[in-house]
Amino acid sequence: MIRLERRVDQPRWLSLAVPLGSIAVALLVGAVVVALSGNDAIATYSRIVDRGFTSRGAFTATLTAATPLLFTGLAAATAFRMGIFNIGGEGQLIVGAVGASGAGIVLDGRPAALAIPAMLVAGAACGAAWAGIAAVLRAWLNTNEIITTLMLNYLAINLATYLVFGSKSRWRDLEGSGLMFPKGKAIPEAFEFPSVDFGNFTVSFGFFIGIAAAIALYVAFRSTRFGFQTRVIGDEPRAAAYAGMRTKRTILALLALSGAVAGLGGASDVGDTRHLLDPKALGQAGYGYAGIVVAALARLNPLAVVGVSILMGGLANAGRALQGPDFPAGLVGTLQGLLLVCTLAGELFARYRIRRAGAGAGVVAVAAPPGAGVQG
Amino acid sequence: MIASTALVQVATVLAQAGDGASSALPVASTGGGVNSNLLIVIFASAIFYGTPLLLAALGEMLTERSGVLNLGVEGMMLMGAVAACWTSLHAGGSGWMVVTQAMLAAVVVGGLTAALHAVLVLTFRVEQIVSGLAITILAGAAGLSSYLAASLDLASSPIPHRLEPIHVGGLADLPVAGPLLFDHNLLTYLSWVLVAVLWWYLFRSRRGLHLRAVGESPATADAMGIDVVRTRYVHTIAGGGLAGLAGAFYPLAIIPLWSDGLTGGRGWIALALVIFGFWRPELILVGAYLFGAFSSLGLTLQARNVEVSTQLLDSLPYLMTIVVLVFVSTGWARRRLGAPAALGTPYEREAR
Repeated sequence: MIRLERRVDQPRWLSLAVPLGSIAVALLVGAVVVALSGNDAIATYSRIVDRGFTSRGAFTATLTAATPLLFTGLAAATAFRMGIFNIGGEGQLIVGAVGASGAGIVLDGRPAALAIPAMLVAGAACGAAWAGIAAVLRAWLNTNEIITTLMLNYLAINLATYLVFGSKSRWRDLEGSGLMFPKGKAIPEAFEFPSVDFGNFTVSFGFFIGIAAAIALYVAFRSTRFGFQTRVIGDEPRAAAYAGMRTKRTILALLALSGAVAGLGGASDVGDTRHLLDPKALGQAGYGYAGIVVAALARLNPLAVVGVSILMGGLANAGRALQGPDFPAGLVGTLQGLLLVCTLAGELFARYRIRRAGAGAGVVAVAAPPGAGVQG
Repeated sequence: MIASTALVQVATVLAQAGDGASSALPVASTGGGVNSNLLIVIFASAIFYGTPLLLAALGEMLTERSGVLNLGVEGMMLMGAVAACWTSLHAGGSGWMVVTQAMLAAVVVGGLTAALHAVLVLTFRVEQIVSGLAITILAGAAGLSSYLAASLDLASSPIPHRLEPIHVGGLADLPVAGPLLFDHNLLTYLSWVLVAVLWWYLFRSRRGLHLRAVGESPATADAMGIDVVRTRYVHTIAGGGLAGLAGAFYPLAIIPLWSDGLTGGRGWIALALVIFGFWRPELILVGAYLFGAFSSLGLTLQARNVEVSTQLLDSLPYLMTIVVLVFVSTGWARRRLGAPAALGTPYEREAR
């Protein structure tokens, strides 16, 4: 008979050992999955490390792949901190890309110093508005935000597809081959975001914006009244109500903030990477769902999201570079999922002490310390 | 997305071949007259496209009745679809044998995927929402289901054996009732039986009473001598089996070729349906067919050459899910027939 005892406080070594152990288990299970499908697990892993990080130019590509995950990861972490499950990072990023590419196309001819900030603002505003739909429904009509944000993902991709493939909108390239084969209209070359060359690798403008957002969110959650309110409302909504906190407004603000961050990711996708609205690529990329993995692995800490997004970006980048018959597309997602599942399961060992109970010890009541009574 | 484009292709073929010439869609081929009336066609295809939603939502209802929320429906459906596809391609025997084996495989694999959620939530005490999301991310359109499908080479050829409509005697030719009631495949008939059985189980059987007790007040159930953890394990896995069966409907009855993410978010709609149906099988049936109608409306209209934007029609089921959810979650509906009181909360005997 095994018995779980809630730990009163976590020893320091555990908070390092448990995540590392979880990652090791995830890699082990992943290796079994790879081996079962008839491929060499060790070779697969070493190719991932090589193409994701160590080979020439790999780190630049990894940072590019990490940028959208950084934004969606921050978006998920922001909302999840208050127990608001925004699964809509995907849709908010897509709508952000719609807004940013729209701004870039409309402002053709104006100076880049005006257009680039305008693209960022448009991306963030569209993302915030998209999340705002779910926020208003959740805050005032009590509608489950998990399902609404998810449904909005499908609506967002249909909207972007309509703009490029289903209509003759501003977003569609209507000249030359674009008439025959629908594709997004490119933003003016001058509006493409600049990047910084560090010698061995280049860092895109979007990645810097993402780091700035991570720092701003970290500070906001740590040392502002807004951050404090979100913590109280998340942990103890009734206490927050008695303290006179405006729960509805905070939900709206937080979800809009979360959506704005994801929308910035869309602006970065247009400005840094693709330079046009590409609904097909955005629909297949799955940035929003990967962002949830990033946020969970980073334990919702905005600064940790930066590091985790680089790791996940490396994985995604390697996946794209290696994709082929012996490296199917779903492998990266499978490894991400395994990392997530193992990390979640591993938490048990950090939170509980595992004891083997002697005969007749099944009835021992373990007093939980005050405040630790409820999970999560 | 991929699934819906494939559906559009099916619709185009349909339009070229004339009304009701496909064996996949339950459209009466001989009834003529009344039975090719647009309204009848819409109702019949609402039942057809509503069947996987109904199966998945019934499964999730069972799980949630025990107090466990499983957001992994989409992932479980995709895993079930992979299992069904593979079995249909590789199992031997007559057509019916193969299809039956494919459905069983889907149930088993869906149940196994749900078992992972059960282990995480009940044994490892992971938060239910986060664990369910993890299941969908792990098994979902960009994860394990896609990896398995690629490794097992499912997308290279269409599956040979499929669920064909069973014509009950000559009843399928009856006006109105024929296409609505007697022109469906095995899974649709099975889902009707399931609605009745689950209703009886929940509200008329001792075990069902125990299940509801566990979902409403696990501490009370525990004091009554009901094994809370065991009940939750059993119903979570059973719910996953039904989700897997729902996933099998896509390759076996709708599009006989694997494509990643072929369920197109229907698992999430099933989750919304449980709320819409107030955790009652008979109301979930009504909801499933309502959403089935929205899923098929586009195809039906396109097959009749009505000019409507594809993207708008594709958006309908998702849009309606939001609208319906808003109505259900406001005021009057919430006061009656609510969710199981312990839904989403863990039960730890020590923490009482």
